[in-house]
Parts: sequence; structure tokens; C-alpha cells
Amino acid sequence: MQWFDALVQGVLLGGMYAQYALGMALMFGVMRIVNVSHGDLVILLSLIGISLATSFGLGPFWVMAALVPLAVAMGWILQKVILNRVVGDDPLPSLIATFGLSLALQNLMLQIWSANSRSLPGGGIESRSVEVAGIYVGLLPVIVLVFATALTLCLDLMLKRTRFGRALRAAAADVEAAAMTGINPRAVYASATAIAVGILGFAAVFQSLRSTVAPADGGAQLVYAFEAVIIGGMGSVWGAFIGSMVLGISQAIGFRIDPGFGVLAGHLVFLLVLATRPQGLFGKS
Amino acid sequence: MMETLSTSVLSTHGLVARYGDFQALYGVDVTVNEGEAVALIGANGAGKSTFLRAIMGLLPVAPDMVRLGGQPIGGTPTDRMVQKGVAIVPEGRRLFSGMSVEDNLRVAVDQAERLGRKGGWSLSRLHQLFPILKEKARTPVQSLSGGQQQMVSIGRALLCQPKVLLCDEISLGLAPKVIREIYAALPEIRGQGTAVVLVEQDVGLAQSATDRLYCMLEGRVTLSGRSGEVTREQIGAAYFGGSHAVV
Repeated sequence: MQWFDALVQGVLLGGMYAQYALGMALMFGVMRIVNVSHGDLVILLSLIGISLATSFGLGPFWVMAALVPLAVAMGWILQKVILNRVVGDDPLPSLIATFGLSLALQNLMLQIWSANSRSLPGGGIESRSVEVAGIYVGLLPVIVLVFATALTLCLDLMLKRTRFGRALRAAAADVEAAAMTGINPRAVYASATAIAVGILGFAAVFQSLRSTVAPADGGAQLVYAFEAVIIGGMGSVWGAFIGSMVLGISQAIGFRIDPGFGVLAGHLVFLLVLATRPQGLFGKS
Repeated sequence: MMETLSTSVLSTHGLVARYGDFQALYGVDVTVNEGEAVALIGANGAGKSTFLRAIMGLLPVAPDMVRLGGQPIGGTPTDRMVQKGVAIVPEGRRLFSGMSVEDNLRVAVDQAERLGRKGGWSLSRLHQLFPILKEKARTPVQSLSGGQQQMVSIGRALLCQPKVLLCDEISLGLAPKVIREIYAALPEIRGQGTAVVLVEQDVGLAQSATDRLYCMLEGRVTLSGRSGEVTREQIGAAYFGGSHAVV
């Protein structure tokens, strides 16, 4: 029962990781842009959300309603102002540019919010739980998982079925050939990054509801998102979702073995996948 | 050799292009009239592909150097060139790997809709032209044969509903039978009133498929004339240069 409980908690934790990983799957997995500031953007949005909640007394739903459009705008600006200048076959320029952005964001956040940990008041939702077959399941993690699943479904359908999705996949496959087919790659990329960062608006609300956030926390989110995308396989949205689950379950089982071993267990499983199946679980060689 | 300006759909005027410090085109004047097929022949490195890339806005050129329907459009971004009615079948086919045949073609249909380009080409019309594309609709493009990939690439360009279709070495690396199949589509394409510019290594093929031809050497036009009228000797001299004896 203890291990079944770990499995369930792991899946729920995976729901949180999936919310970081989806944007990464779109930017890194599809567009091959390395965004090192991914985690810092989650933290920045979380801190903005917490400030909104405390200044205007907004509940989590209203914070989300404010943060998601803000995140979309931030993503669009990020692509227009920084990433469109460095986009190309070489991933190194985007990595260096966003590494710089990451450092700047962390220091900006320290300046505005100090190094203190904060969290978003959830009005009790964060501590509610239900008992199902002898296992206590937190209500908030279930909501997180439902959102993660819905976001994955929408993103996957968008990529496969819409004009925008086809244009994005085409641009990701061959930017120049895409332009020769009438696509404006910069406009498509700006929209895609807006969506990728927009999803972080959801992640930021849930992250700051379920635990505390501080300006230096972005690194962990970045690493989990990277690991989930690579475990799942580049270019696959459902792969990133499953990768998040694998990471969550590995950590939850690790925590059961030893409370200090949880995060490391996730990294070890990631390394194991990288060593034995480098294209990821759903990736095509 | 002067063509009347009123019927020219695409023309270049002293077109100069360079890759960094390397100058690849030295003042190229080419005119393509409405509905006409024009061949561009020349040895490797003569600047034929560079010429097409310069027209498509993939190399920086001055506005006046390229005109479409008389309007200066040189250096227009590639996607806007498609919007204005110029499409290209690029060298090496450049399909969207990982996507199905149908999705590759639908990208062009999508963009033509978005850009408001109307024309006679539709998926079903294309399936009549190349029936194999219907059969392979769900196949990822990377698992097609070279000839089939070329058909997708041509189809993708046609679905952009071009006034001018630029074809870069569409016979390269294909079996003679497949080349004949692909070239058999040309009359149908021209039947839409689409002008065609063919960059072609096979001089005989180029002559038989086009109205006029230009021969390029080292970034310059060394011969132009009616495809049926230029002689092998003229082409030989233009192809290899005046200083090279042609035996």
C-alpha cells in the first residue's frame, strides 16, 4: 500500500512537472530553442501573482486570470526582442542569451521581492484532501493534474490539427523552406513562445499554491522541465507529459526509500534513460 | 532579344548578389514573360541557384534589381515573395521532415489561404497530376522515394498558387523514367498561366521543356535565346567560356 501510495503521489507530482515541461517541449523539443530562463519565468510569474493576491486580495482563480495573459505577453516579447535575433540551427546563441536573461531576472527578483520565501494564499484549497481507498489524495494536486492533462491535450491538438500547429512544425523542421511556403517564421515563433510561456502562467499559480517560492528557485524547475522533455522524447507533447510522470514517480518512490534520496532518484532515472534510450521514451531515433 | 516590358512578369536588372565577401552574381539581366517557360543552364557554381535565392529574398539585393510585374521587389522577405506570387521548388527538395505528405501540402494550402492567394491549384487537382501523392497522403515524407519527394516539393510550391514557379534542379538524382514523369507535369502547370523558370543541368531536357533559355557562367549571363534555336556550339561556348575550346 505504501508503494501504491507513492505511485499515486508521484503521478500527482508529475502533474506539476508537466506544467513546467509543456512549454519546454514546445520551445526545446519542437523549436530547438534552449530557454535557460524557463524556471526563472515561473518564479517571476509566481511572485507577481503573490503580490497581486496580497495587494488586491485576489483569490487564486483571479490571479490565474491575470497571470496567464501576462505570461503570454512576456513570451511574445521574449521571442520578439531576444530570441528572434538568435534563432537558427545553432542552439548555442539562444542558450547564452537566455542564460544572461536568467541571471538578470534572478537579480531583479531579489531586488524587488528580497530572498524571502513566499506563497500564494489559496483560501484553504491547498490543504484540503480526500480519502480514496485508504489513500489521502490532496485536492490541489488533483486539480493540478487535471489542468496538466487538459493543457497537454490542447497543445497536442493544436500542433496536429491547426494551421498554426502545422506552420510551427514546418518552421521547426526547416525554417527557410517554411518561409518559401509563405510562413513568416518569426511571427510563428513569437506566437509559439507566447503559448509556451503562457502555460507557465498556470504553473506559477499552482507552484506558489502548493509550496513556497523564492527568487533563486528557478533552477530546479528548469532542470525538471528539461529532464521531463528528454525522458519523454524531443518533439512529443505527450512524451513530455509521460516524462513528467516518470520523473514524479521516481522522486516519490525515492522519497519513500529515504527522504533525502527523492530528488536524486529522479536525476538517476533521467540519466538511466539518457544512457539507454537517448531519443527518449516516445522519441524517434 | 528585347522583350516587351508589358508582358514581363518577372525580371532582374543588373542583379548582383554576394555571400559575405564572395561575389556570386555580376549584373544578371533575365526576363520571364507571362506563362512562359525559361531555362537557366550552366555549370556547377555558375550562380544559377544563387540567382533563384536572390529573387526569393534569401540573399540581400537592392529593390530595383528584381521586378515583379514591373514593381521593384528585390530583397522582399521570402514569405512576402510567396504572397506576391513567386514560389520555389528548392534545391534538395527541402520537405518538412517528420510530417506526412498531406501535412506538407496542407502547410502550403494554409498559407495561401492566410495570404489571400487564389489560383487553380487544389489538393484534388494535385492528386490528379501526381496520383501517388494521394496514395501516400499519410506517409511521412522522409520515407518516400526521391521522385515522390520531388512531387511533394513541386506540389507544395504549386499550392502557393504562384504566378511564377522557380524550379531548382528538379531532375537531380532521379531516374530517367521519373524525370520524364515529372517533366510531363509541366504543360499542365503552364496551362494555369504560371510562368516557369527551370534551373537544369541537363541541357537537352532544358531545351525541350522551355521556350527560351539563358546560360550562365561565373555569375554572368553568357547566352540567351530561343531554346529551339540556339545551337550546341553556342551553348558549348557559353557554358565553358570563350577562352575554353569546345571540341
